[in-house]
Amino acid sequence: MILTVDHVTCYRYVRPARALVQSHRLMPSSCAGQRVVDWTVTVSDGIAGGAFRDGAGDWIQGWTVPGPVSEVTVSVKGTVETSDQAGVLRGHRELTPAECYLQSTTATKPDSALAALAGQGQAVAEPLDLAHLLSDLVADAIQYQPGATTPATTAAEALALGRGVCQDHAHVLIAAARLAGLPARYVSGYLFATADGRDHDAAHAWAEVHVRGLGWVGFDPANRCCPDDRYIRLGSGLDAQDAAPIRGIARGPGGERLEVQVAVQAVQQ
Amino acid sequence: MLSRTADNLYWIARYMERAETMARLLEVGARMSLLPSAHGYRNEWDSLLHASGTAGGYAQKYGQAHQRDIESYLFFDQDNPSSVASCLAKARENARIVRTALTAQVWDAINTAFQELRALEKTPRDRLDLARLIDWTMKQAAVIRGSIDTTQLRNDGWDFLNLGYYLERSDNTARLMDVKYYVLLPRVEFVGSGMDNYQWATLLRATSAHRAFHWAYGGEVTARKIADFLILNPQCPRSLTSCIDGVCTHLNRLERAYGRASRPHEVAVRIAAELQRLSVDDIIEEGLHEFLSRFILEAANLSGVIFETYLSGDLR
Amino acid sequence: MAANGYFNEMFEKGRVRPPYRQLEDWTRSMPAELREMKQAEAEALFRRIGITFAVYGEGGDPDRLIPFDMFPRVFTAREWARLERGIKQRARALNAFLVDVYGRGEIVRAGRIPGRLVYRNAAYEKAVVGFVPPKGVYSHVVGIDLVRTGPDEFFVLEDNCRTPSGVSYMLENREIMMRMFPELFRENRIEPVDSYPEKLRRTLASVAPAKCERDPTVVLLTPGHFNSAYYEHSFLADLMGVELVEGADLFVEGEYVYMRTTEGPKRVDVIYRRIDDAFIDPLCFRPDSMLGVPGLMDVYRSGGVTICSAPGAGVADDKAVYTYVPEMIRFYLGEEPLLNNVPTWQCAKADDLAHVLAHLPDLVVKEVHGSGGYGMLVGPKSSSEQIAAFRARIEADPGNYIAQPTLALSTTPTFVNEGIAPRHVDLRPYCLVGERVELVPGGLTRVALTEGSLVVNSSQGGGVKDTWVLAE
Repeated sequence: MILTVDHVTCYRYVRPARALVQSHRLMPSSCAGQRVVDWTVTVSDGIAGGAFRDGAGDWIQGWTVPGPVSEVTVSVKGTVETSDQAGVLRGHRELTPAECYLQSTTATKPDSALAALAGQGQAVAEPLDLAHLLSDLVADAIQYQPGATTPATTAAEALALGRGVCQDHAHVLIAAARLAGLPARYVSGYLFATADGRDHDAAHAWAEVHVRGLGWVGFDPANRCCPDDRYIRLGSGLDAQDAAPIRGIARGPGGERLEVQVAVQAVQQ
Repeated sequence: MLSRTADNLYWIARYMERAETMARLLEVGARMSLLPSAHGYRNEWDSLLHASGTAGGYAQKYGQAHQRDIESYLFFDQDNPSSVASCLAKARENARIVRTALTAQVWDAINTAFQELRALEKTPRDRLDLARLIDWTMKQAAVIRGSIDTTQLRNDGWDFLNLGYYLERSDNTARLMDVKYYVLLPRVEFVGSGMDNYQWATLLRATSAHRAFHWAYGGEVTARKIADFLILNPQCPRSLTSCIDGVCTHLNRLERAYGRASRPHEVAVRIAAELQRLSVDDIIEEGLHEFLSRFILEAANLSGVIFETYLSGDLR
Repeated sequence: MAANGYFNEMFEKGRVRPPYRQLEDWTRSMPAELREMKQAEAEALFRRIGITFAVYGEGGDPDRLIPFDMFPRVFTAREWARLERGIKQRARALNAFLVDVYGRGEIVRAGRIPGRLVYRNAAYEKAVVGFVPPKGVYSHVVGIDLVRTGPDEFFVLEDNCRTPSGVSYMLENREIMMRMFPELFRENRIEPVDSYPEKLRRTLASVAPAKCERDPTVVLLTPGHFNSAYYEHSFLADLMGVELVEGADLFVEGEYVYMRTTEGPKRVDVIYRRIDDAFIDPLCFRPDSMLGVPGLMDVYRSGGVTICSAPGAGVADDKAVYTYVPEMIRFYLGEEPLLNNVPTWQCAKADDLAHVLAHLPDLVVKEVHGSGGYGMLVGPKSSSEQIAAFRARIEADPGNYIAQPTLALSTTPTFVNEGIAPRHVDLRPYCLVGERVELVPGGLTRVALTEGSLVVNSSQGGGVKDTWVLAE
């Protein structure tokens, strides 16, 4: 498919901030299944900072906006040609050992319910089958319901609640997979999802589980599938915060208001 | 230099100057309490609390004004942000942070004062008389100021120390004069009376200018002469003119050292020019209180501009 | 290692060992009153210069003085030469290990160290994977804690690859000894240590980023003046002639880091940081932290600034990884280790755990990430209740503990109330790694002032001594 992305984030400050610093993970991953046709990221009044490819293969770009800052707009526009790789991450150069992704974080901290969920896969010998099973179990355990959780909700909390959004699905799957001994990570990206008629946010997140012999394999419990050509992968991390496409800090006295608009569309071929 | 370092240096000086002013006020109080009460309207010690701007805090803690309590409050009390002990402790903390920007002698002088203060705090109060505490404070302040003048490199750090001293001093002189009418002199009908002159003399003592004044003016102490002395006379080390001239000198040095024009210097020069233009009659015509209020505001504005330019770290 | 009886560094079989010969006359010529006077003078000097902080960041009362013992600890040139080679070897291997485990991880692939210990270690920073710092150095100041058990037996107790503190004591102890006993320095030919700050500055300047095309601006980053080691930070910054900055004094703009000065922003090239990884950059590590410099890690990783020690260096000085340092030396340098490790049992391993639990009264047990002499058990010096309580802690979380035999730490003569008596000591030299690997001849000797105590930590009643290396 050929997908176009139009992603605009606007930050407004109640009182002007002294300065704003951001770290972006906003470039589509360089891997089989996605080819960038064109892609630009702009930050209003921003100064581009250092850029580099990190150990997980993500392109990181720093930005600063000198103060006083009242409003900043980050816009991402581009076109990507995608193909279905059955969820397997291929041709992606990265150095970080999979074993690193066995560490739990605050958002993915295990509890007994998560352990019980992971335990249901005990009899499954094949890691790939186990990952599929866990992904299905998570999809069953958490009903998609926007607004039930917040960005700060942990895997354990979301599982107890039984409701949530893609972030919660991913966190629960990651926590369960790690408990089952499989390295797992959070992936952020975009999803072209208007085709199925369901109302999904086009900024999306899912999980990747490391399967020995195969490498990293994506699972999207929120949609009960593995990522295909409707997905654009941006980057990964131990949890949502670690994998966030935009991380930023404004030093200043006032609060921040955020407005996000994302549109992903398929170009007719 | 780091803006934060400049800020610390500036505050060392401000706190030291403030500690010294507090000690002078205590001296005035001690002196007044030795004289027969001439006016019975309000306890002289009470008026001191007002003069030092600490009356509210004191009332909350002690209620009634008693000499011993007031002495403790103005000298030792850490709850009183303007007490000698508070000021000295803050000066020393600022100095500790920027020790590397101070000479060994300056650090030693400040640290020794602080260590001695700690020892004084542990001494039973009945073994400490006020005169000794006042002398001690003045001496420490002089030693510190002296070691700054004789050992600090004449670099930008020296300028920030001096800016702190001069700005704080100008503020203290202006406030002491301003409270005079409203606090030291309880009733308007005393203006021009013997009572009034007595209070003016007290003010001179509070600025350590008693004898200097007589050398400069001679004769009777009058409000007019004193206003001239403490506001306009460049010979008086605590006059507003002297302080603002000092501020100008150091801002000018900074401008030259950094090779760029600065707004603080512009603002300071404007204040200095106005002081130069004014005569004591102009001031009295405007009203001493009105003039002083305006000056205090302008000096505060100047401090703000200095902060924004040099101390905040936001200069581009 | 002597099983009973401790090696006394001054007296051996009733005779004075060569390095201490001059000191014998010195102690004889010093009556108790003079000694007391000198001791008081030393203390007054320390207090006056304000060196009142806990060694090794142990916290506690910031105005507390660490007891200074005037009796120096002495090494011959030959003894030192051997130590120096061993220390430098270790510092090189530790740095090679760090570059490797943040790169291809050859040592793990070769099966010489379990991947679990490295990659699942809390000190392993995923954020710096794939980054090679300038000159391939992660740990620019390696503090190696050594103990001695015999004339030629030295053991490494632990490595400190992050920001080992205490070096100001090495410098101040010497300064004070020279002021109080100049004659000792005339009679003995003692290698000077005062070149340390200049060497440190040179080391830091040598690892400036490739993008820095001018004389690099170096700063020392402190957590602030409330930190117990603030004195050391300001002392070192002063002696190096570099700015002492806090996080709020720095900011990122574009590809570089700047400090806020009275003349506007000034670019910074090398940051010698004395704060933990977690507080370097809230954008990268701790979003809740107001400390640190937002965006610093992006600048670092894109080569705009060098951070010393490099974030992630902590994975090399973990007590479980420590066991594998001899293996690192063989793997990266192809050499045999010159300094011994203390045999260590890892409670994470079932066999080791069983051994440890069976021999608790004879062992020293430490937390893997502990420091400062807290959270440790010294078996032979503990009551059965203490041992029982500690046993429960180990059983609850075995992976958190390692155990070592109780070493017969050497003693050196120390001034005590009753006169002079042997007390146990350790040693921390500071090895500098930049373009070159350097070591000033000396270090910090810590002494357990309590009779019989083997714990030299200042928080547990330890003191410090001047450490001499005699010239050839």
